[in-house]
Amino acid sequence: MRTLIFLLRKEFLQIFRNKLILRMIFVMPVMQLIVLPFAANYEMKNILLSVVDNDHSEYSRKLINEFTSSGYFILSDVSPSYEKALKVIEDDKADLIVEIPRGFERDLVRDNQTKVMISANAINGQTSGLAVSYSNTIIKEFNNRIRAEWIQQPRLNPLPVVEITSNNWFNPKMNYKYFIVPGVLALLVTLIGFILTSLNIVKEKETGTIEQLNVSPIKKYQFILGKLIPFWILGMFVLILGFLISFIVYGIFPEGNFLIGFLFAGIYLIAILGFGLLTSTFAETQQQAMFIAYFFMMIFVLLGGLFAPIENMPDWAKYLTYINPVSYIIEVMRMLVLKGSGFTDLLKHFGIILLFAVVFNGLAIFNYKKTT
Amino acid sequence: MQEKEVLYMKAVELENIVKTYSAKKSTVVAVNDVSFSVNEGEVFGLIGPDGAGKTSIFRILTTLLLADKGIANVLGYDVVKEWKTIRSIVGYMPGKFSLYQDLTVEENLEFFATIFNTTIQENYDLVADIYKQLEPFKTRRAGKLSGGMKQKLALSCALIHKPKILFLDEPTTGVDPVSRKEFWEMLKRLKTMGISIVVSTSYMDEAKLCDRIALMQNGQIMKIDRPQTIVDEFGKNLYAVNSANMFRLLTDLRAYPQTESCFAFGDKHHLTMKEDNPKMLNDYLTNAGHNDFNISKIEPGIEDCFMQLMKI
Repeated sequence: MRTLIFLLRKEFLQIFRNKLILRMIFVMPVMQLIVLPFAANYEMKNILLSVVDNDHSEYSRKLINEFTSSGYFILSDVSPSYEKALKVIEDDKADLIVEIPRGFERDLVRDNQTKVMISANAINGQTSGLAVSYSNTIIKEFNNRIRAEWIQQPRLNPLPVVEITSNNWFNPKMNYKYFIVPGVLALLVTLIGFILTSLNIVKEKETGTIEQLNVSPIKKYQFILGKLIPFWILGMFVLILGFLISFIVYGIFPEGNFLIGFLFAGIYLIAILGFGLLTSTFAETQQQAMFIAYFFMMIFVLLGGLFAPIENMPDWAKYLTYINPVSYIIEVMRMLVLKGSGFTDLLKHFGIILLFAVVFNGLAIFNYKKTT
Repeated sequence: MQEKEVLYMKAVELENIVKTYSAKKSTVVAVNDVSFSVNEGEVFGLIGPDGAGKTSIFRILTTLLLADKGIANVLGYDVVKEWKTIRSIVGYMPGKFSLYQDLTVEENLEFFATIFNTTIQENYDLVADIYKQLEPFKTRRAGKLSGGMKQKLALSCALIHKPKILFLDEPTTGVDPVSRKEFWEMLKRLKTMGISIVVSTSYMDEAKLCDRIALMQNGQIMKIDRPQTIVDEFGKNLYAVNSANMFRLLTDLRAYPQTESCFAFGDKHHLTMKEDNPKMLNDYLTNAGHNDFNISKIEPGIEDCFMQLMKI
């Protein structure tokens, strides 16, 4: 016990002396939580619209009005022909072209139907997809409105209609920040637990101090605990700091129980620290450790459900997310912060993350023995 | 434990130790059937060039490496079965001794004391001589010390738990001559305190300072004895020859039919002859057109013995 306390003391002494890392531990959560959620905006606003109006009629003007008044589009260009409009897209001054054909109003009045062409710049698939779907909604609404003007409403609807109204549960205003902040928080905790731990142990290998420790009566578990505990504390500290920032900046206060969140994050950190320890048993230099860590971080983030919803992934990717510990903490954070899930709702997650903790640490300790 | 100390008077015993490393396709025999013993309270030197297998022997003795074959004991404890006991009674200073660069002198020493369950105060007398020189800098970070200072701190750290035996792997490599001299004086003092010391070095001049030395080459021991005995057993007259054109002199000396061995040693060539006749050599060199050359009989050093043994 005394040995462990001294190991911890030495570790904290080194951490507090590493001014750059220490500053990063404070600056990183603040920056990432304040900047990232604003930048990672899922809502598309300010889509640049180019209009080719070949009809110049009342209805065509109405349609264009529908677009500009929706709040999603900015009319940035009016071109006389489709070719000219295409040039504007090529110059990156517009994202979407709406071409209204000649005789738009006439066809609409006479034949009850007409066509509008929408062409989107698909270099960014996400933007174009959203722009087209917004346009569809706008045109549909336009359609309904003119139908309402023309048709004399009978007392009963001639056709049975199912009206859909949606309600966004747990995030009624669809504020994407509520959605992304808990996820970023989860990533931050991962970063500290995973990368800092593995780098720290590999550093001892690199400088050779680990050799000295090996020729001492110090026990393996003491060494490992001496490495894991400081970063566990650091991770929990960042978590508290993160919750504070998200409360102050975004007014996000977890719906669920704080303590459950900390309990889960605590176990999650043990798992992730174990993974960092495992990485360190493979790497000989900090450079190698950094590269391995980066490799896994990328996968963890991209398959973690922070940016791309797991439900949208192909099956093979979904299976991969099952073995990605990050996907669990992101989900738990969201469930806790937005939905207010209780302990019993999260039982499955607790079980799985506990399993991760046991497996990662077990493997790490096993492999650590073998290599020294 | 008392019983064991009576039974074993040897600080270190190795019997037929073999260690091989397998690289991709070839295997390298790092230690090839090595046996030797170190008496208690002696300074034993492993002398040999890089790659002779010195570090492997140290790592086997400090229980960091398992030998493929053979038995090794440290103070009567088996390195395989009783590694735990060995770890608490040996002091090891690896070739690349590392300190925590971001901890101060005092913190480093304190840390190494505590992991051996002791304190600086408890064993201060042992390191006092060395540590006194460091004390003015005790709040300085280890990374900011000079090379000689680092090495003194490293020795203090290896000594702070009062080991019964000290393993020093090339402790003076990369250290300036003054610090090297001081370092060996410290080892002498430690010896008087009853600590056995096994030290390796590739500096031949340091070999003389050991009680006994083992000359190593390619994983094998060529000779074990007192340095003076090894020198006495050289058995030939050794001549130092120099002239204005040293390179041509070396080729000419090697071409000389009476030459047994000839090596370049700094500003002189060391030469042994089959038929000990310096006069004939004098004539030979004059005929070869050397002027200003000088032949003088000298005492052989350990390095000469090493070269001689290597040839066999």
